[in-house]
Amino acid sequence: MNNVEAFQAQLESVGYVAEKELAATLLLMTQLQRPLLLEGDAGVGKTEIAKTLSRVFKCPLIRLQCYEGLDASSAVYEWNYQRQLLAIKMQEGESHSSEETERHIFSDHYLLKRPLLQAISMEEPPVLLIDEIDRADEEFEAYLLEVLSDFQISIPELGTIKATSTPYVVLTSNGTRELSDALRRRCLYHYVDYPGFDKELRIVNARLPDITQRLAGQVVEFVHGLRKMNLRKIPGIAETLDWAAALMCLNVSELDKDPEIIAQTLVCLLKTKEDRDAVTREISERLIAKAV
Amino acid sequence: MTASSAPSQTLNHVGAEPPWVSRIIGFIRFVRNNGFQAGIQEELDALKLSEQVNITRQQDLRWGLRSLLCSDREEWHRFDELFDAYWRKPNRKAEVRATSSSKIENRGAQAGQSNGGQVAETDKAQEGDENGDAGEGGSRGGASLKEIHGRSDFRLLSDEQQMREMERLVERLARRMRRHVVRRQHLRRHGRRLHLRRTIRSSLRYGGMPLDLYFMRRRRHLPRLILLLDVSRSMSIYSYLFLRFARGIVAAFKDADAFVYHTRLVHVTDALRERDIELVKEKLALMSSGWNGGTRIGECLQNFNHDYGRRIVNSRSIVVIVSDGYDTGEPGVLAQQLGELKRRARKIVWLNPLLGREGYEPIARGMQEALPFLDLFASANNLDSLLALESYLTDL
Repeated sequence: MNNVEAFQAQLESVGYVAEKELAATLLLMTQLQRPLLLEGDAGVGKTEIAKTLSRVFKCPLIRLQCYEGLDASSAVYEWNYQRQLLAIKMQEGESHSSEETERHIFSDHYLLKRPLLQAISMEEPPVLLIDEIDRADEEFEAYLLEVLSDFQISIPELGTIKATSTPYVVLTSNGTRELSDALRRRCLYHYVDYPGFDKELRIVNARLPDITQRLAGQVVEFVHGLRKMNLRKIPGIAETLDWAAALMCLNVSELDKDPEIIAQTLVCLLKTKEDRDAVTREISERLIAKAV
Repeated sequence: MTASSAPSQTLNHVGAEPPWVSRIIGFIRFVRNNGFQAGIQEELDALKLSEQVNITRQQDLRWGLRSLLCSDREEWHRFDELFDAYWRKPNRKAEVRATSSSKIENRGAQAGQSNGGQVAETDKAQEGDENGDAGEGGSRGGASLKEIHGRSDFRLLSDEQQMREMERLVERLARRMRRHVVRRQHLRRHGRRLHLRRTIRSSLRYGGMPLDLYFMRRRRHLPRLILLLDVSRSMSIYSYLFLRFARGIVAAFKDADAFVYHTRLVHVTDALRERDIELVKEKLALMSSGWNGGTRIGECLQNFNHDYGRRIVNSRSIVVIVSDGYDTGEPGVLAQQLGELKRRARKIVWLNPLLGREGYEPIARGMQEALPFLDLFASANNLDSLLALESYLTDL
């Protein structure tokens, strides 16, 4: 057994089913200490990878969810203005020079650490998950690049804060916007695809231990059939799990037993009106027939 | 890994020179020549990687190098082919280049009669670029290509490889456009400012202490782009390129819309958003099947005004029409419809790929009718002219 296989087994022991390729990438990421950029459709388990890493390394997970308009004050740090103002007020009666006051209110005590600063100032390296980086603005991306290459953050009032430990950085992107070449080059890259039949079956079994082999196989086969269709929103792994759980709650043991219930539970898989209309009764019956 | 330790590391490697070092460096040069952005940093990391994985296990090396060298989905899918080509048979490298470029449909066919001298020149320039690039770390692949191709006319690109590169470039250019437009807008009104009036007002509660701070939000007015592409036969050399351009625009600007027209007008924004370029082609081919006859620009615009105008054209909209202006519809319709569009839209831009040619005068009737309504009438026959559009958008 070599390193990659050992790491793969480690991932599996905390409940994440990964291919060898992914295990190799994750191992490489820890060895080279480079950020990892994960791309792939929504629902293929990108975010889960970061959570798994934090479980494997037994370290905290710090998550930064990106959105349009995300800026340094909510991602890196912010001064606690209210406390600063109160502190000034309280010191008014005492005889402090203005320099002293200034030094006092711009100290660590009044600094609100946001995820990025938090991540680099931990004792033990945490896993830093920067989720959906493609949603953030270009300026933030440029700033992030700076942080990720030097692992230091400069705060004008305090000076430069160097990382006490280098976090394991995982970035995810759904590809709604083109990321800059500089950021892409800085990162290792892994494209996460929808899982194959065997892998998804293993995931279903791992997450829903009570499911029968028969139902699990049929569910996965059915979802794979759906993914081949031209849907607006392709069901991801989470949807498969939801649907399987729903069927178990309704005591369905086989898909072809009760088409009525299947049709009703398809809401777990199809999330837009167009997709619901596209999957007609006939189509769903054909998929069931194929899956059984 | 820090920058200071990196150079000495290379020296060590060069000194010791295990046999595989040059092979790995060679591989990175190979993928770089195939359009990957891999520089010295990647070479160092690859060597580091080769120390850590078991080199004799080819799979491990493949996966490691793939994560290291790829930076987007397209490269990810191309990588295996390149890897096999390099590590298996020495004489397969040429083959890969040939097969991957032949995947593109025979776009070059129409442009085949162009003059050979120009093409040979760009070929040479490109080779020079590949060699010279290596020294700098090759990080600017995209940009340097742009420098070379900036002024060469789209119709003079005869070989498929070049055409394919140009298509990629055009799409990337469009995607970058948004970033530049946004950046320039910010420079003009940058900074977050306190909204003093509200801050002070709310501070009354605290006896004049400004505890609740209110900020002014900068308001963004990105132009809303609407592209109308002429895909008639007279435009066939350019239409695929402009579709790629439209694809880039649609991907970068959230509320952009694209239409193609010939005898009819079709909304293609959703089709262009499809990720797989082959699927995009299929969808577009389906949409436009069975079209023939002349181009009716006027009627198509009428359609546009009627069906979409009220909904998507507003005072932020810039309507970009790409056409050579050969209209076979009723005279007068085009002018009338452009007049109507003009009332609703902020600007109308007409890009004419013929305008860049020597000796071309916009004397076609369609063009003559349109000219009085246009805010910008510009050429669109090379990358530079598309870049010029970017600065026009930011100067609004």
